[in-house]
Amino acid sequence: MLEIKEVEKSFGGLTAVCDCSLAVQEGSITGLIGPNGAGKTTLFNVITGYYKPDRGNIIFQGQNIDGLLPHQIFQKKMYRTFQITREFAQMTVLENVMLMPDQQIGEKLWNTWFRASSVRKQEKVIQEKALDVLEFVELIDLKDEYAGSLSGGQKKLLELARSMMAEPKMVLLDEPGAGVNPTLMRKLIANIKKLCEEKKITFFLIEHDMDLVMNLCNPVIVMSEGKKLAEGTPDEIKKDERVLEAYLGGQYR
Amino acid sequence: MEIGGIIAYLVSLAIMAGIYAVFCLGLNIQWGYTGLFNIGIAGFFCIGAYATALITTPKPTGMYAHYVQQIFGLNLPFIFGLLGAAIICGVIAFLIGIPTLKLGEDYLAIATLGIAETFRLIFNNEHWLANGPRGLMGLPQPLQGLVDPRHYNYIYLIVVVIIMVLIYLSIERAIRSPWGRVLRAVREDEVSAGMSGKDIFRFKMQSLVFGAMVMGIGGALYAHYTKAISPDVFTPLYGTFIIWVMLMAGGSGNNKGAILGAYVVWGIWIGAKFMTDFLPYTLKARAPYIRFLLVMILLEIILIYRPQGLLGEEKKVSKLIE
Repeated sequence: MLEIKEVEKSFGGLTAVCDCSLAVQEGSITGLIGPNGAGKTTLFNVITGYYKPDRGNIIFQGQNIDGLLPHQIFQKKMYRTFQITREFAQMTVLENVMLMPDQQIGEKLWNTWFRASSVRKQEKVIQEKALDVLEFVELIDLKDEYAGSLSGGQKKLLELARSMMAEPKMVLLDEPGAGVNPTLMRKLIANIKKLCEEKKITFFLIEHDMDLVMNLCNPVIVMSEGKKLAEGTPDEIKKDERVLEAYLGGQYR
Repeated sequence: MEIGGIIAYLVSLAIMAGIYAVFCLGLNIQWGYTGLFNIGIAGFFCIGAYATALITTPKPTGMYAHYVQQIFGLNLPFIFGLLGAAIICGVIAFLIGIPTLKLGEDYLAIATLGIAETFRLIFNNEHWLANGPRGLMGLPQPLQGLVDPRHYNYIYLIVVVIIMVLIYLSIERAIRSPWGRVLRAVREDEVSAGMSGKDIFRFKMQSLVFGAMVMGIGGALYAHYTKAISPDVFTPLYGTFIIWVMLMAGGSGNNKGAILGAYVVWGIWIGAKFMTDFLPYTLKARAPYIRFLLVMILLEIILIYRPQGLLGEEKKVSKLIE
């Protein structure tokens, strides 16, 4: 579904992602782990158009997407969330979710004046759906609160709600579990699994919480120093010598 | 002053405040909803005023042409002046937007400030364009023959209020719709809005152009009110900063607040003029600066104690279907 070929991205003298190649299979929940500074988030930023790769190709559903702008990549049905949530703080939770559908009629200035009835009709459909999605992630009671006033964990759920609303084929999650309490975490894991099975969404996620990774992801890809180090089932990864060395520096062998 | 004089004075005050309210509405689109830091309002003020002057006055002929130079004069009615001012400001905003909207917001501020001063200086120095520092005179006023010229201001107040309300309604509709929701998302977090599939450059451009068109109409309304314009009007103080103070006072992100702020601050500005009449003789020469100082202190007080302004943004703005 997603194929990354020899991608390279450097910042000045620092090469964050170097000759990195990997692939994500359709319908999978693929984990991406690696020590700090391995280039995981940079890789996500390159995939989603936040940075242009210096070299290499990114192929999504058979199309080259490297060098496209973020909103163009979104239109290819790929969505990403951020390590530190980036909600629209001064907008309500419901507005945050209703923003997501692509190419709304009412997003054209002209239509807001001259095609008011179709704008209203679509707005009703979108609102209906947004309420369903908020029901699903159990944020419905907070729909009229400012998104900025939610707790860290609730913001993660809001991110999930927004990604559902976008109806993507693939979602890239950057540390969905960071700062989330265990109860909420179980809910998050259950939601991701459900979305993968019911809506056939492919997930590719960065995570440091090994419980979450081992529970949820298959396969797991390990990155170190800007390239792919290993790939396999969670059990294979746990036993992989190279992975232990990358994480622990080798002295524990 | 007898009662008729007081009413006439209040009417002229209401006209000027109404014209400033139009500028505030334009700025509110750009800053209040999109976060575009435009401190070059005076530039669009200037362009709008000159555009309508050139459109609605005839090109001087004969002897008169020796004294008044202007690039063209179409001698068209008021309404074409307004539309022309809006369109020309929109086109200029579009051209300005191409290089500057890719800059961060502080750089946009510097660029717009510089561009506004450039326009003023061009009109000041290029005599062939619009008569240089002497400016243009004799702009027509709508529905002029209807009443005694002494009472004309009542008519103009109605014209200004109608145009202000039309602009208010069209902005409200757009802001309550998904279009406004995207603008606010861009204001809150540009990167996140881009990752949510919104073409941020396009929306910022639309906001800049729409806001500039509204400002152009404001400039045109001003020009037809005073009937004479010259470049020295469009200074950063009268053309830009007082409008910012108005929007901040009324509540950025709220269109009713933008209008309210214009009336309140203009009232204070005029009131301060009366107060400075009581100053001792030695300070009188400095009265304009003292007024300026007062307004700036007012801005500080607002920003510290009531940063959301008198009205502030409503919690839920996308309420098209409620």
